[in-house]
Amino acid sequence: MAPKLPPHHPLEQSTSAVAGGQASAHHSPPRGIMRWLLTTNHKEIGSLYLIFSLVMFFIGGIFALVVRAELFQPGLQLVQPEFFNQMTTMHGLIMVFGAVMPAFTGLANWMIPLQVGAPDMALPRLNNFSFWLLPVAFALLLSTMLMPGGGPNFGWTFYAPLSTTYAPPSTTFFILSLHIAGISSILGAINIVATILNMRAPGMRLMDMPLFVWTWLITAFLLIAVMPVLAGVITMMLMDINFGTSFFNAAGGGDPVLFQHLFWFFGHPEVYIMILPAFGIVSAIIPTFARKRLFGYASMVYATASIAVLSFLVWAHHMFVVGLPLVAELFFMYTTMLIAVPTGVKVFNWITTLFRGSITFEPPMLFALAFVVLFTIGGFSGLMLAIAPADFQYHDTYFVVAHFHYVLVPGAVFAIMAGVYYWLPKWTGHYPNVKLSQWHFWLSVIGVNLTFFPMHFSGLAGMPRRIPDYALQFADFNLVSSLGALLFGASQLVFVAVVILCVRGGEKAPAKAWEGAEDLEWSVPSPAPLHTFDTPPNFRPHEH
Amino acid sequence: MTQGGQSQHKANPGVRRTVVRTVAALVGMFAFAFALVPLYDVFCQVTGLNGKVNNSAQSIIHEEVDESRMVTVQFITRGSSGLPWRMDVETRQVRVHPGQSAEVNFAFHNQSVEGNWGRAVPSVSPSNASRHLRKINCFCFDEQHLEAGERLELPLVFQLARDLPDDINTVTLVYTLYPVTRDEAPLQARATTGNGEET
Repeated sequence: MAPKLPPHHPLEQSTSAVAGGQASAHHSPPRGIMRWLLTTNHKEIGSLYLIFSLVMFFIGGIFALVVRAELFQPGLQLVQPEFFNQMTTMHGLIMVFGAVMPAFTGLANWMIPLQVGAPDMALPRLNNFSFWLLPVAFALLLSTMLMPGGGPNFGWTFYAPLSTTYAPPSTTFFILSLHIAGISSILGAINIVATILNMRAPGMRLMDMPLFVWTWLITAFLLIAVMPVLAGVITMMLMDINFGTSFFNAAGGGDPVLFQHLFWFFGHPEVYIMILPAFGIVSAIIPTFARKRLFGYASMVYATASIAVLSFLVWAHHMFVVGLPLVAELFFMYTTMLIAVPTGVKVFNWITTLFRGSITFEPPMLFALAFVVLFTIGGFSGLMLAIAPADFQYHDTYFVVAHFHYVLVPGAVFAIMAGVYYWLPKWTGHYPNVKLSQWHFWLSVIGVNLTFFPMHFSGLAGMPRRIPDYALQFADFNLVSSLGALLFGASQLVFVAVVILCVRGGEKAPAKAWEGAEDLEWSVPSPAPLHTFDTPPNFRPHEH
Repeated sequence: MTQGGQSQHKANPGVRRTVVRTVAALVGMFAFAFALVPLYDVFCQVTGLNGKVNNSAQSIIHEEVDESRMVTVQFITRGSSGLPWRMDVETRQVRVHPGQSAEVNFAFHNQSVEGNWGRAVPSVSPSNASRHLRKINCFCFDEQHLEAGERLELPLVFQLARDLPDDINTVTLVYTLYPVTRDEAPLQARATTGNGEET
């Protein structure tokens, strides 16, 4: 578990005022497992989050490969439909709540204090608690698959009454695990907001903050706004299942459509929770390797904020076919399309930053550039889905699967990988191996496009989601998708190799590991010592 | 936990303030999620969206029958896996003029060997017709008790208001049977009570 971490230098730096939270660690640093269970250090907790997320990424990935293996050919070969449903459900739940969200929280833990010049997160013990809730939540979630009746099999959106009246008995455990994971993200969000608003280096105004910090601040507000709604929805499910209420049960005067409204009121901001920090990472990397200041800093901030506000007004575009009245379909269609405007501003700013820059293609830049191109493809298919009349055809087909995988895999996941490659020198003091990183990048890009691009076609031709078998005319597309998925999955082993090798050794990185990198994190040594900015740094705002 | 965190930062009252505010926002949003349940019902009642109709009797309005228009009213009845009843309607569809009232009989038959309670829950499609459908008398206002093998005929008396939008030529009423357990009955009665508002 340990390798990724900075060396423990308990006494190297002064233990002045602000580092009070670490007092116990300074006197007698616990060894072995207790060090990790009790740590309140933002860098150690950040690493724990990232390692946890990587483990979940592989578990969720294996579930995805089971799905792809079954879909390799038409007919039922490997798994039973009941198990197939559990695989699609668990894949979604684990990737969303176990891989992408914790990865961003891990990056936030590592980088936000460094980027704002704070000695640690504002609430270090809370930070420890919010991390250790996650292994509990996901151990519980995974254990449901061993229970009688199997694990959740109703899709990651768990629509009622499929997830209440017709759900397996393990659903109560699923609800509990989601509650725990939700509390973990809420506590993480509180911590991040408290850190950003109160612990910036003297002289750093909000509009001087790096964009990763900005996007996370906005993401944290989204989390605080919608995770309680998710908690409310699953509490209602719990009551419907166990206490005889009828929130979503038509027989008792409830309404299943209400579930969808509530779920997507959480769910749509949730998808921006998974992409806004990615925007922040890419906005850090592109200026670094284009050796130009980010074009349109202020417009980036306002675009992020408007995406966040709009995300509360678009939820019913997931529900165009439930029988909404025409006026609602039009309203949600237009608000959804409106989101393309701030998103377009962002893409424009990235491209303009690249324009006439002196660009080099280090591994983080490769991933960031792939992000811009492939995320935009996902954005365009999102616009197609926003068209209410067209959505009647696309709804619940593989076109939707193609869309959200384009924004989440070469979108969110590539941005996380770009961030990891970008900050690995800061974390470990070594540059990642360039040849292997390039192999990882190219195999991933090819794999991801082979997997998800054909899904656009099979979806437009009418192949439904979440079905273990399909009509013969979809066979070729699915064969390509399955081969691509295997390639993409296998190439992530290269990523693990790169990370392990980078922790073990490699070319030494200086404090400012990348020539064009300007933010505060590059002013501390590489690898970053366990305690940084015990005295606030001298922040000198540069003009945006 | 938050207290533990705060105590470390007595020097920074801003952290405490941020935590108090964010926790207040959290509690507020959690409450909001539950408040949405009744708000949603009110919204659907007021706008008539979602095919929800009044579950209490409305008085007939005496207005001039619009002889120039004919609207088809279809009836669909659905059983339920949890209730061994059969529900039939004497006619699958009737054609009425807006403003005219009509009566249709529905037959309930308990095919099991024991008596039980059930209820027919209505839904109207297209949903924007639901505001213009006035039920003067309906079996769906109450729960029914049928003894083993009992057969019961109950009427639906309804009227389509004259302000029914012009583009609606067919209105479909769906009745789905649900079992009622005695414990649920009071809960359900509360959940489905609505005011017979005049429009």
